[in-house]
Amino acid sequence: MTSTSPSPAATGHGVAVVFQEMHRWYGPVHALNGLSIDIAPGELVALLGPSGCGKTTALRALGGLDVVDQGSILVDGKDMTHVPANKRNMGIVFQAYSLFPNMTARDNVGYGLRLRGVDGAGRKKRAEETLDLVGLGQQAGRYPHQMSGGQQQRVALARALAIEPKVLLLDEPLSALDAKVRRQLREEIRRIQIMVGITTLFVTHDQEEALAMGDRVGVMSSGRLEQIAPPAELYDRPTTRFVAEFVGLTNRIAGDADGASVNVLGTRVELLPGSAEHGRVTALVRPENVRVTQAEDGTARVLAVSFLGSLCRAQVALHDETIVVAQMAASDSTGLYPGARINVGVKPAPVFAVAD
Amino acid sequence: MTMSTPTSLGAAAKGGGALLNRPKGAGKGRRSSRGQTLARAIVLFIVLGYLVLPLFAMLEFSTRGDFDRTTKTFARSLDSYAAIFSNQDLMAGIATSLEIAVLTVFGMLLLLVPTMVWTVVRVPRMRRVVEFLCLLPLAIPAIVIVVGIAPIYRWMGQNLGAFGASALTLAFINIILVLPYSYRAIDSSLRSIDTATLADAARSLGAGWPRTIFQVIVPNIRGGIMSASVLAIALVLGEYTISSLLSFSTIQVVIYLLGKRDPFISVAVSLAALVFAFVLLFVITRFATGSGRRSQRTAEEPA
Repeated sequence: MTSTSPSPAATGHGVAVVFQEMHRWYGPVHALNGLSIDIAPGELVALLGPSGCGKTTALRALGGLDVVDQGSILVDGKDMTHVPANKRNMGIVFQAYSLFPNMTARDNVGYGLRLRGVDGAGRKKRAEETLDLVGLGQQAGRYPHQMSGGQQQRVALARALAIEPKVLLLDEPLSALDAKVRRQLREEIRRIQIMVGITTLFVTHDQEEALAMGDRVGVMSSGRLEQIAPPAELYDRPTTRFVAEFVGLTNRIAGDADGASVNVLGTRVELLPGSAEHGRVTALVRPENVRVTQAEDGTARVLAVSFLGSLCRAQVALHDETIVVAQMAASDSTGLYPGARINVGVKPAPVFAVAD
Repeated sequence: MTMSTPTSLGAAAKGGGALLNRPKGAGKGRRSSRGQTLARAIVLFIVLGYLVLPLFAMLEFSTRGDFDRTTKTFARSLDSYAAIFSNQDLMAGIATSLEIAVLTVFGMLLLLVPTMVWTVVRVPRMRRVVEFLCLLPLAIPAIVIVVGIAPIYRWMGQNLGAFGASALTLAFINIILVLPYSYRAIDSSLRSIDTATLADAARSLGAGWPRTIFQVIVPNIRGGIMSASVLAIALVLGEYTISSLLSFSTIQVVIYLLGKRDPFISVAVSLAALVFAFVLLFVITRFATGSGRRSQRTAEEPA
């Protein structure tokens, strides 16, 4: 089951974007297979999926940089399917550094304005205002090769925003940056997006990024949209096996299903819609829903413990040697050490189950 | 164990010698390095001699004046160089060759740059085909090209009036001849930038294809364009076979004919043409280096 309705929480001053049954073939490869999404004005939708799932193709189609073989794209109610890229007024930030090397940051940001006939003084003022917005007002006179990767991507964001685009398209803009800069810039992009209120499509293969930034996250696989939902719903209530396995960590634990629920490690838990409902199944259980209790006569044992700051992850072997990962608050992990005997159960949170 | 060997700091304090702790074989390394430097100098000297000696010989020959029987030496004179400007055929040949060079450069750039950018951005699978077509003239001898193209030139001469009979029509064939060299120069420049992404960025900002190519791509491949132009000019100024066989009076043809009448002027012109080409190369290389500086690596991420 696929939810495509826009998030009711989305507010802002952007425009609505609608993908209708989009198809795109590259030879025998079906890159987009009936993709339909509604994006509400001002909403940030993150498209998440493995390499080759079609997420970048969808973004490029919206930006006019690629064509669709079937289906249509509506922006603010107007059909943009066959409008060329330079007439769409979309701001795009690319994965690769895309600043024009022969222009300063100011000239890069002002380039789109120059094409729109803004005079020199107006261009300079607007470019510097936009650079201030991304915290680079002092770097306006620098060339791209004089800036770090993070700064270049900030300038690229400013360049995309300076033309006051209808929609902002972010094509894995953080993937070339190191982890610390990536986290900082991620928060900055989200802050600016909310402030400007622009409708945004963000493509990434990084789950953490998608879940942290998106009002809604769409998971794609083989050109299809598996599920689109707010991050918490996507994580807690996956509707397909692919989403359940792709998003976050999951343990695969055997259980017996009887229609609406499944018995996993002695606890009966509710089955999510779309699950296998009868007989022997494999329940996909999140590590934080695995409960560990110390017991001298426990049937399971701890294999390894990883300290992750406020959290702790323990790798445990069940009585049948199934390996399970349990996650708990660090304060609850005292007494857990490799070799310790424990009992393992699951919390009564709904799970997705697949047939064995 | 508490004993330790003297540290380099201690050694330096006593004897001032990091040299005291110099590893075995360091002297040998220095001797070997000195030997390498000497070898490099000798090779450089031989290569420079090989290149410069003929030029000196040309200079010596072309500046000969009257022979002094008492000292058995030639007086020095610049008469041959002065004669260049008074020889109408020569001046016309130089002017024709320069005009052909300019037309060739413009024609080549107009043909190659948009084609190559379009290929990279829109149809990358055609890159090999374009490369093959551009390199093809390398495999065809000039004489074969002349035999193949002569009827076309004959037709142009008979049907297109003054234009058809003009030596400037050599620009068409020269554009083909310079393609392999110019292609390589522009291709390496295009590979040094992310052409497709820059084009996508420009188009998303509102630029059409002409603006994308001439305002965004061309300024960033200036080095390659300059190199391609230098190679094209050098090739046109040095081209003799085709001009001669098609009976056009370009600089090389005139130099050859002049050489039969007055070898001193002929050599003076050859040397002057070489010096002109060197100066041109130097100026254009300076331009190219200026644009190349901007394509340096990304700065370090600030802490």
